[in-house]
Amino acid sequence: MIPQVRDTAVVPFSRVSSRMPAARVSYSGPGGGADPGACAAIAWCPGSSQRAGRYLPFRIMSPPVAPPGWSRWLVPPAALSVHLSIGQAYAWSVFKPPLESALGLSGTQSALPFQLGIVMLGLSAAFGGTLVERRGPRWAMTVALVCFSSGFLLSALGAATEQYWLIVLGYGFVGGIGLGIGYISPVSTLIKWFPDRPGMATGIAIMGFGGGALIASPWSARMLESFGDDSSGIALAFLVHGLTYAVFMTLGVLLVRVPRTARPVQGAPSALAGPQVSARGAVRTPQFWCLWIVLCMNVTAGIGILEKAAPMITDFFAGTSTPVSATAAAGFVALLSAANMAGRIGWSSASDLIGRKNVYRVYLGAGAVMYALIALFGDSSKPLFVLCALVILSFYGGGFATAPAYLKDLFGTYQVGAIHGRLLTAWSTAGVLGPLIVNWIADRREEAGHHGSSLYALSLVIMIGLLAVGFAANELVRPVHPRHHVPRAETEEAADVPRQQPESA
Amino acid sequence: MSPDSSQSPPDRRGLTVLAWAWVGLPLAYGLYELVRKATQLFTG
Repeated sequence: MIPQVRDTAVVPFSRVSSRMPAARVSYSGPGGGADPGACAAIAWCPGSSQRAGRYLPFRIMSPPVAPPGWSRWLVPPAALSVHLSIGQAYAWSVFKPPLESALGLSGTQSALPFQLGIVMLGLSAAFGGTLVERRGPRWAMTVALVCFSSGFLLSALGAATEQYWLIVLGYGFVGGIGLGIGYISPVSTLIKWFPDRPGMATGIAIMGFGGGALIASPWSARMLESFGDDSSGIALAFLVHGLTYAVFMTLGVLLVRVPRTARPVQGAPSALAGPQVSARGAVRTPQFWCLWIVLCMNVTAGIGILEKAAPMITDFFAGTSTPVSATAAAGFVALLSAANMAGRIGWSSASDLIGRKNVYRVYLGAGAVMYALIALFGDSSKPLFVLCALVILSFYGGGFATAPAYLKDLFGTYQVGAIHGRLLTAWSTAGVLGPLIVNWIADRREEAGHHGSSLYALSLVIMIGLLAVGFAANELVRPVHPRHHVPRAETEEAADVPRQQPESA
Repeated sequence: MSPDSSQSPPDRRGLTVLAWAWVGLPLAYGLYELVRKATQLFTG
């Protein structure tokens, strides 16, 4: 018996575009009932979703479908509430000195929660991406909220009882899962709401991750000043962080909505336009690995500067008539953070106009030129050094923020969040590679009697080489072969079925 | 006429302003602190 298309099917666009085969979603089986096999597989059939939603707060198991007239401009603040919170991870260094003195830890030990957090970010984004696509952004944001906040609460308990392993487990392991799931939670939804400007939309969210440290760094420092930097003061600070971030992220959980149709804006292209590739299919394409190399090289080059910014500018001008003080070096680091943030929103938005491949040509090509300028003339002109470093950091931020839109161009919106999660393993690799190259070479050069800018000469040449590799990988990116595409007609047919379920107003 | 189009959707401008203020105000604080620190490059 040929299945009939059910005109009252409950098929949210997000679900259809992230689960295949679409035919199983929108078709009823023989006898007119929903296909039990499909229901079991997708958990979003008439009845199953409502059953799930009835017993859970905010119906977190159901993708929150936007009611008519829902403004898409409510989605970026939802994303920002999550990214501004989890961006706190980059401000972990504020807690390091108090922890070291209160619990008698070494510098390496006090860095453990952050390092484990970043590892868990990469792992949970890579392995949890498909689940995020399946369950939707509200579920993902709820998981991020619970994990990130309870990570702080566990850490508070660890500090209060002076059990450091609890801080590592709480902030690093549990909180790290929150980082990864939170990072990818809004990406797919933003791209679906802004099919006309995906670069700008993801740029806003990913800018928030950079902005999170700007907020947390002075805020945490002032809190430690008020509460004291002994173990009870640190515990209280962790507790306040956990509770405040839980409240702050709740906005995202409550506000996030998936669009009702694949074309949420009149005149904009359909979010389902172009080829659609599954996450499993994407990692089998050369395009994914070319992009992985592009991101890894770009991030490695950026981290190379970011990691050693303060000592680098001090060393470069140590022997000149205008040496850089420690205070001025701190100001330089702050300026680099601003360039990183501005690059995320600026370059990513620009990619909507000039194209993703072209903007990565700029990041990698012009980035290599900037490194060459620093290597050749950096120690003779402070403004030139600062300007080149700022441009490099803007490219670093831009590379992060443009990646989801590049993935959308190549693989479609179908499982773009999950594919993005897998791509973030490039970030984890670069996070190890970049600091390792710069620190190891600088240490060896110092041992060999070098000083000043010559400590970094070889590192700068290596960065230029890495950017050249990234540039070549970007040039190799071609449209994905049709054999990897999921059946598009079925996806679009299912997405156009009007929804009958109550909206999440 | 479908039920969706029979009545105009509620005005959500207030909610939009509130949502952007929720995330914008902490971000503005972070940027203020950043600018304060960054000026040390030229004065420090």
